[in-house]
Amino acid sequence: MTALQKKPENPIAHLSAEDIEIIGKELDTIRQEVRDSLGEEDAKYIRRVIDVQRKLELGSRAALLVSMFPPAWVVGTVGLSVAKILENMEIGHNILHGQWDWMRDPKIHSTTWEWDMASPAEQWKHSHNELHHTYTNVIGKDNDLGYGIMRVDEDQRWHPLYLAQPLWNFLNACFFEYGIAAYDLELGLNLATKKRRANPEFRAAARQVLKKIRNQAGKDYLAHPLLSGPSFVPTLAANFTANVVRNLWSHSVIMCGHFPEGVETFEKTSIEGETRGEWYVRQMLGSANISGSKAMHLMTGNLSHQVEHHLFPDIPSNRYAEIAPRVKDIFDRYGLTYHSAPLYKQVASAWHKVIRLSLPNGWLEETTVKNAPAQIVKLVRMTTGGKKVRRQLQARAA
Amino acid sequence: MALPSPTRPFPTTVPRPSPARPRVALRDRVLKLAELVTTPLLPTDYLDLIDPLRSGADLRGRIEAVIPETRDAATVVIRPGRGWKGHRPGQYIRIGIDVDGVRQWRAYSLTSDLTRTDGCISVTVKAIPDGKVSNHLVHRTTPGTVIQLDQAAGEFVLPEQRPEKALFLTAGSGITPVMGMLRNHPELRDVVLVHSAPTAEDVVFGTELRALAAAGRIRLVEQHTDTAGMLDAAAIARLVPDLAERSTWACGPVGMLEALEAHWEAAGIADRLYTERFRPTVLVTGEGGTVSFTKSGTTLDADGATPILDAAEDAGVLMPSGCRMGICYGCVLPLREGAVRDLRNGEVTTAAPGDGVLIQTCVSAAAGACDIDH
Repeated sequence: MTALQKKPENPIAHLSAEDIEIIGKELDTIRQEVRDSLGEEDAKYIRRVIDVQRKLELGSRAALLVSMFPPAWVVGTVGLSVAKILENMEIGHNILHGQWDWMRDPKIHSTTWEWDMASPAEQWKHSHNELHHTYTNVIGKDNDLGYGIMRVDEDQRWHPLYLAQPLWNFLNACFFEYGIAAYDLELGLNLATKKRRANPEFRAAARQVLKKIRNQAGKDYLAHPLLSGPSFVPTLAANFTANVVRNLWSHSVIMCGHFPEGVETFEKTSIEGETRGEWYVRQMLGSANISGSKAMHLMTGNLSHQVEHHLFPDIPSNRYAEIAPRVKDIFDRYGLTYHSAPLYKQVASAWHKVIRLSLPNGWLEETTVKNAPAQIVKLVRMTTGGKKVRRQLQARAA
Repeated sequence: MALPSPTRPFPTTVPRPSPARPRVALRDRVLKLAELVTTPLLPTDYLDLIDPLRSGADLRGRIEAVIPETRDAATVVIRPGRGWKGHRPGQYIRIGIDVDGVRQWRAYSLTSDLTRTDGCISVTVKAIPDGKVSNHLVHRTTPGTVIQLDQAAGEFVLPEQRPEKALFLTAGSGITPVMGMLRNHPELRDVVLVHSAPTAEDVVFGTELRALAAAGRIRLVEQHTDTAGMLDAAAIARLVPDLAERSTWACGPVGMLEALEAHWEAAGIADRLYTERFRPTVLVTGEGGTVSFTKSGTTLDADGATPILDAAEDAGVLMPSGCRMGICYGCVLPLREGAVRDLRNGEVTTAAPGDGVLIQTCVSAAAGACDIDH
């Protein structure tokens, strides 16, 4: 991947400025139609999902009270994992986007909702809704691109440290909620200098996160295990498992949204003075969908319709499936690629990219069984040698 | 309303520790523990799944029945939650009901008989043309629906010292608070009711009122305006010659009330007239308007094309903000009263006092005077 503006074949070169504005108008029309048709059925939908989720959680936690019995442990852990996934994806993420604000129900509103997540809703809304959704896939602006810890683009200079990025990515997946909290705090940046560390705004935000983590951990790793009495340890293990399952799942889904091969990235300068039409086109090219069953869509919080979600982040998620064919039709008519594939393919594709970019540019593509020994020698030399060696070897490869 | 009642005046000495205290402390501690278990939600979020009307919950009610009164009016019988504190006849309640999925709040006069043994209360609603909520309540609501409630409010009630002679002047659905009083104050001896409605069939509670008149409890004057036209204050004075001796309660359209107020004022008996208004002052939904921020105390003039967010920031108000294009909801604030226009589609959102409708300030321009809670 390389920023769209630097590609030899720009995928939107065939579109005139007028085309782009018409695309914008067409998408605005779809958005307005859905907004106008929102009603009782939609309200029932979200209330039903919340109702089912809460009952599932209550039931699962009740089963875990006697989790020393293996069947109870299994049922409780599976149920709790599913409940936590629903809570974060279809409920929390989407409510915090303001998708349900139109109902004017203060209990289901982006300004009042708090979720089962290490990151406080307030901070997540800023980094996700304001930064990621506004600057989607703009290198240097959208921190969701590799969460600031990964090499996500050929244009980023390779360094031996990146060899460990598949491992980082896996660890980040396991403890994703803490990764998100750290990322919402811009922890790396804010811990870097004394001045930033002392910034009262940062300190207040950090305190807020620590309090949230204390409450969250207190619930899953102390309060519920204590309630389980003799089942203390199995309940603790079940809660830990459910959190890790939820983390792995949400990380995979989110990785599929912007990371599979073929999804475009953009240069910082390219969004100066961007029109609404151009913003829409960037969202179209910067997202990828996951195809699958209704249950799969529900479990991904309908982020399987990442393209539709990024075009209309505040349209209720239950409507994405219905507008997807019309959105795809716009892609087809204007000669743009609508990325959509089953979950396993998108996950594999995203991981392939993580691994490919952990290696020097071109290394993975050039390596065959025959030249493998030579390639490994080159990689070792690039890893152990200094900057100069790396640049020479890289230049020769190019 | 928290007025000191005669039997329980404000304490004048330091209160002694009450024996109820340890129990309260224990309950608080149990609640704290329960919060540890349910965080980030509250225990009430789960308890609401089981019993939304329990004590301690936000005040709600369940609609038990919808009884038609006329072709466009119905009485809605509501079982209030345990937290319901009761009401005085003539008062109203605010009801929050979801219409097409959107929570809407409206105020309706209570009409129920306080001696009901089932603990239910009722409001009587007249469907007004294009009235989103009134039409929904009269024609489409089904028993079992759970609604949001506020405690009863309003000063349109009889004084403790009942008037010797009472006059009620009502029109249309203006009869509803008066019906609440008539049903619950049989001790009133000398009552005249002058009620206006388009036709005899349109008189809400017509049968009951005529029965009261037949029994001699009230003197009823029905004015059917489709055929007989509207009554003015002078005509009322002719119909009720001893008007000046009567305490008068009037409820109806704003125009009628204003005319009555002027007449009573001129007659020097303004202190004997009590009025109740249903409709808020009509909003001017023109382009632009004065925007005032309640907490910061800033007031500014915004035109109809500038987002409130920009106008407020230009005026130095510290505003929450985000994407500035209507997608992130980082700028949402409650509109306490007024009207705003969504700059993206021209949709106008209005708020009556108490509504606190949440609006996206980055894509909303003033469409009339606005009062924002910030």
